[in-house]
Amino acid sequence: MKILVCISKTPDTTAKIAFTDNNTKFAGDGVQWIINPYDEWYALVRAIELKEKDPATVIHLVTVGLADTEPIIRKALALGGDEAIRVNGENADPFYIASQLAEVARQGGYDLVFTGKETIDYNGSAIGGMLAELLDMPYISLAAKFDLNGSVATIVREIEGGEETDEVNLPVVVSCQKGMAEQRIPNMKGIMGARSKPLKVLEPVAIAPLTSIASFELPPAKAGVKLVSADNPAELIRLLHEEAKVF
Amino acid sequence: MSVLIYIDHSEAQIKKSSLEAICYGAALARQLGTGAEAILLGTVNEDLAALGKYGVTRIYQVAGEALQHLDSGLFTKVLAEAVPATGAKVVVFSNNMNGKALAPRLAARLKAGFVSGAVALPDTASGFSVKKSVFSGKAFAHISLKTDIKIISLNPNSFPLTTGEGKAEIAPLNIAVGAPKVKVVSATQSTGQVPLTEAELVVSGGRGLKGPENWGMVEELAKLLGAATACSRPVADAHWRPHNEHVGQTGIAIAPNLYIAIGISGAIQHLAGVNRSKTIVVINKDPEAPFFKAADYGIVGDAFEVVPKMIEAVKKLKGIV
Ligand SMILES: Cc1cc2nc3c(=O)[nH]c(=O)nc-3n(C[C@H](O)[C@H](O)[C@H](O)COP(=O)(O)OP(=O)(O)OC[C@H]3O[C@@H](n4cnc5c(N)ncnc54)[C@H](O)[C@@H]3O)c2cc1C
Repeated sequence: MKILVCISKTPDTTAKIAFTDNNTKFAGDGVQWIINPYDEWYALVRAIELKEKDPATVIHLVTVGLADTEPIIRKALALGGDEAIRVNGENADPFYIASQLAEVARQGGYDLVFTGKETIDYNGSAIGGMLAELLDMPYISLAAKFDLNGSVATIVREIEGGEETDEVNLPVVVSCQKGMAEQRIPNMKGIMGARSKPLKVLEPVAIAPLTSIASFELPPAKAGVKLVSADNPAELIRLLHEEAKVF
Repeated sequence: MSVLIYIDHSEAQIKKSSLEAICYGAALARQLGTGAEAILLGTVNEDLAALGKYGVTRIYQVAGEALQHLDSGLFTKVLAEAVPATGAKVVVFSNNMNGKALAPRLAARLKAGFVSGAVALPDTASGFSVKKSVFSGKAFAHISLKTDIKIISLNPNSFPLTTGEGKAEIAPLNIAVGAPKVKVVSATQSTGQVPLTEAELVVSGGRGLKGPENWGMVEELAKLLGAATACSRPVADAHWRPHNEHVGQTGIAIAPNLYIAIGISGAIQHLAGVNRSKTIVVINKDPEAPFFKAADYGIVGDAFEVVPKMIEAVKKLKGIV
């Protein structure tokens, strides 16, 4: 069994969101970067659990990014995984990234490709679907459970107001979310071991991005809260009904 | 040149988020001076022609037993044939659960520029750029698309439903449907409840409610209002509430008309998933709770005293006493 886990770097969830260069670039200076939580907590940890069950499993991590993404990929290796691949390209657009990942996936002949359900910065939820199409593999998105029985995967995915259980033969691309696994903290042994794990750097294939970011914008500030006395919740209901007109 | 809207369905019912996508697609078509048409894969138990009132003139339909359940690979192949056959240049999806699986796949197949999570009509004055929500609701980005075919997926609850007059013509499309690779074993849907992502009103509880046994009042208030229920992350982590109620940066992002937060502190990761709600109400006993800064209305008080009184007031308003 060979598993490929796609890893992305994102600003920490408490990072200040601000933009530079006439609102065309995220102000990344001084920002703490983390592994995208969906990639780390769910995709990677579930892959590690599968390996714990079947030690013959091989896990490769892949990221598309410049040299400054290496600390993130080492952090991921500290949790688990056998080796990592960094495609030395910029985050040009989702199609560019998916095409780079597809190239790595084709070379490696993986049975299973995991992504997070989306990154918490661009919220695109596009990579998994694009990757599956480029690889001509089935794709299960928003997976909350994943189990393997031989070469058949049973996957629970979220649907509006409920869930659906799907069966599919490997290989498959899966985007992972809450429910797949529980967050883990890397231990000392993992952190030390990560330093000697192989990290291969590949040059990107030539792909023209299909979209670009013209500009960013911050939402307008709120006008301020209207407080109602705790003795009079009926007044709050009246305001919601007559002023905000929400019901 | 036309705009083509994908109609999503489950259990033979059209999703509300698809109706929003139709209204969005129809408005975009008017803006571009072209026509709006829709496409349905599979069959539904609804009067399709009546969808004309949302602004589409024709609905293409591809029939096939395999199209009743989503297999994104199979559906993509069908749509990739349908799009050129209909002459569409812009394809609109809802950015709902199925849309998230299907739209990016189709984009990769057609090499179409793709924006997911659109929150407004494209700016087509010079070029074509679409405003989307980024950084989990903390900012917006304007994405410019330069490809001949463009694909947009619209965030649920981001575009109003408007109706007019008109009936749509139903046009069967003859496209061979292959064999699915994904077998749907079972599907469960909590019946009678509003799905969180489609809900216009949401009542949400946090750790301030002390334990799962205290959710009765949250559920009662939600039921009276016809609202969905949600919760903060620690509440879902402690299994007080199911995982699919967890909203925030690492849960579900929602944008209802009303979000009532009870006993939730308003941590930045929580706000990220709910701050696009149109009206935010906060009930918290701590006047310093950060949530008040993001709120429109609030009560500083003990939820166990305030919420029952809110329930009484709603009952009175609705004439249920
Ligand atoms: C990487 C990362 C991602 C995260 N993602 C998310 C996410 O997606 N969603 C999310 O929700 N959190 C997320 N969190 C967690 C977040 O930081 C907060 O810890 C969490 O939101 C707090 O939940 P809470 O408000 O329910 O609990 P608390 O912070 O414990 O707040 C409880 C509140 O209840 C009030 N209260 C207590 N008793 C009463 C009473 N009787 N009446 C009225 N009010 C009362 C208190 O004053 C307090 O404000 C994330 C954290 C990290 C680090």
